[in-house]
Amino acid sequence: MPLHNARLQRQTLYDTIFRNLTRVAAFGVLALLAAILGSLVMGSMPAIHAFGFGFLTNPEWDPVNDHFGALVPIVGTIVTSVIALIIAIPVSFGIALFLTELSPRVLRRPLGVAIELLAGIPSIIYGMWGLFIFAPLFADNVEPWLNQHIGTLPYIGPFFSGPPMGIGIMTASIILAIMVIPFISSVMRDVFEVVPTMIKESAYGLGSTTWEVMLSIVLPYTKVGVAGGIMLGLGRALGETMAVTFVIGNSHELGKSLLNPGNSISSALANEFTEAVGDLYTSSLIELGLILFFITFVVLSIARYMLHKLGQREGKVS
Amino acid sequence: MNSKLKQVLIAITAASSFAYAGASFATDITGAGATFPYPVYAKWAEAYKAQSGTSMNYQSIGSGGGIKQIIAKTVDFGASDMPLKPELLEKDGLIQFPTVIGGVVPVVNIEGVANGKLHLDGAVLADIYLGKITKWNDPAIVALNKGVKLSDDIITVVHRSDGSGTSFIFTNYLSKVSPEWKTAVGEGTAVSWKAGTGGKGNEGVASYVQRIKGSIGYVEYAYALQNKMVAVQMKNHDGQYVQPSIESFQGAAAGADWKHAPGFYEILTNEAGKTSWPISGATFILMHKSQDKPESAEAVLKFFDWAYTNGDKLAAELDYITLPASVKGLIHDAWKAQIKDASGKAIWK
Repeated sequence: MPLHNARLQRQTLYDTIFRNLTRVAAFGVLALLAAILGSLVMGSMPAIHAFGFGFLTNPEWDPVNDHFGALVPIVGTIVTSVIALIIAIPVSFGIALFLTELSPRVLRRPLGVAIELLAGIPSIIYGMWGLFIFAPLFADNVEPWLNQHIGTLPYIGPFFSGPPMGIGIMTASIILAIMVIPFISSVMRDVFEVVPTMIKESAYGLGSTTWEVMLSIVLPYTKVGVAGGIMLGLGRALGETMAVTFVIGNSHELGKSLLNPGNSISSALANEFTEAVGDLYTSSLIELGLILFFITFVVLSIARYMLHKLGQREGKVS
Repeated sequence: MNSKLKQVLIAITAASSFAYAGASFATDITGAGATFPYPVYAKWAEAYKAQSGTSMNYQSIGSGGGIKQIIAKTVDFGASDMPLKPELLEKDGLIQFPTVIGGVVPVVNIEGVANGKLHLDGAVLADIYLGKITKWNDPAIVALNKGVKLSDDIITVVHRSDGSGTSFIFTNYLSKVSPEWKTAVGEGTAVSWKAGTGGKGNEGVASYVQRIKGSIGYVEYAYALQNKMVAVQMKNHDGQYVQPSIESFQGAAAGADWKHAPGFYEILTNEAGKTSWPISGATFILMHKSQDKPESAEAVLKFFDWAYTNGDKLAAELDYITLPASVKGLIHDAWKAQIKDASGKAIWK
């Protein structure tokens, strides 16, 4: 039977339409990104003109006299996210390890689902839980202990001493850690599961312990995926707004102690945008948004670059 | 299938054209701005709609937003907790008038101190918020509180983290009573706080104060009442200690000289009068003086006229303080004198 010409043409046409549609979608996102960046830059122009690079290092935030500096929220954003990761990474690793290697089969599904449910809880609920349940417990039971035992140590002491309010950088970091654990652990679990059983069995056969198999077989095999999961968590931690706003204390002061209230970029925006009176005030807040955009962008680029490097080395070593 | 779809479509079109026709009967009014008076405006709107058929749509986007929206003429009226200075009103051709009064109440959480038992004056309150007085048994506090047991607990200062009319009234009061506060911090909806931690909204401050032992904060009167918080007695301009109450807020409103305040620019802090509560302030409505849409301006004025005449009880149910009758009269006079249509004719008769 000869090829039906009309039908072929029609199919080529469908293909072209489909290809162009996907292209529009892909470039549309790019255009949107550029538009957001452009409007952020435009909106923050007055603040950039007024304060220049000093905006980044100035700890002052004085709406009455129109003096603005972003140091406190920048430090708060980075410190809370980093502490959150320090807590979340080992815990997530433990969860993923248990679920893939150690847990009895019957428990795997319910536990996995429970952890994924944790990821689905809206952040405001974490915030309210943090403020009403966790902060008082933390203030009554943990912070006095921290003050007495760690607060008196040399060097690290000053970071852990302060009035036990239950609200501050430390509380925000812990809440953030709880929020990012499901993200990191479910990515870790998924990538641990793709390690070929044969390799693991071979290692066990050679007499490795579970810990050795994890460390020398599973982790190296999945490091790209693990790093990706951590970056996903970091991305969420950097931009998290509502939960942090509830428990960070919202104070534009640069305290040394992690128990003191602080501020983060996103909670400063959430708090102050609606009632910001005056162009310079609004523009400074928009510039804060631009900085957050930039930090997130840099973090993601570094992550990409690291993964790329890792991939390159992998080919050469083996 | 197809005919069913058609039926549905017809039904939808019919319904929407109905709704459209209904909407065009009465002039609906829109407003935007301050969050503090939102509950009472919503309540008034509901009752007014049942009576007159005119619906009032109020977006509580914040005072800053309200001012921007009315200048851009996207709404029929704007609302702000912070009155605009007369020269600013002049510049944008706006008129402003108060609707209800808010009282700001310092609240504390000290073990063994009951509601109304702690006495403070403006200077001490300012020093606490400046971070100069850090313990509850500071001699300055003890001197005002003979017979009240105060321990050496650290004072945790709680303020608003978001920009707010409540903060404006509070910092305006502190600026009036403490020269040091005036130079170091000043007044505004958001300021550079010298001490403490910030809670979002009245509910945020209220929950921080209830949670943190040895804390002091400031909230709208209604929040202090509803959450049964421990309020502080304040020494007023006449040297009397007063409790926050509807009477003491109205005392402040009565003490103010509205008649000689151009554009009703009057902040009711530190007002004279034996019963006057020192930290109060009205919330305001902003409208354009010259109206290109006289029908909607008239509808707005009718709404607020109705609210001044019939809204006191509804406002009281929500613990808002209404204006004295003399002030309402002055507002009606201002409407007559200032709000005009394109031909220069007064809209309010």
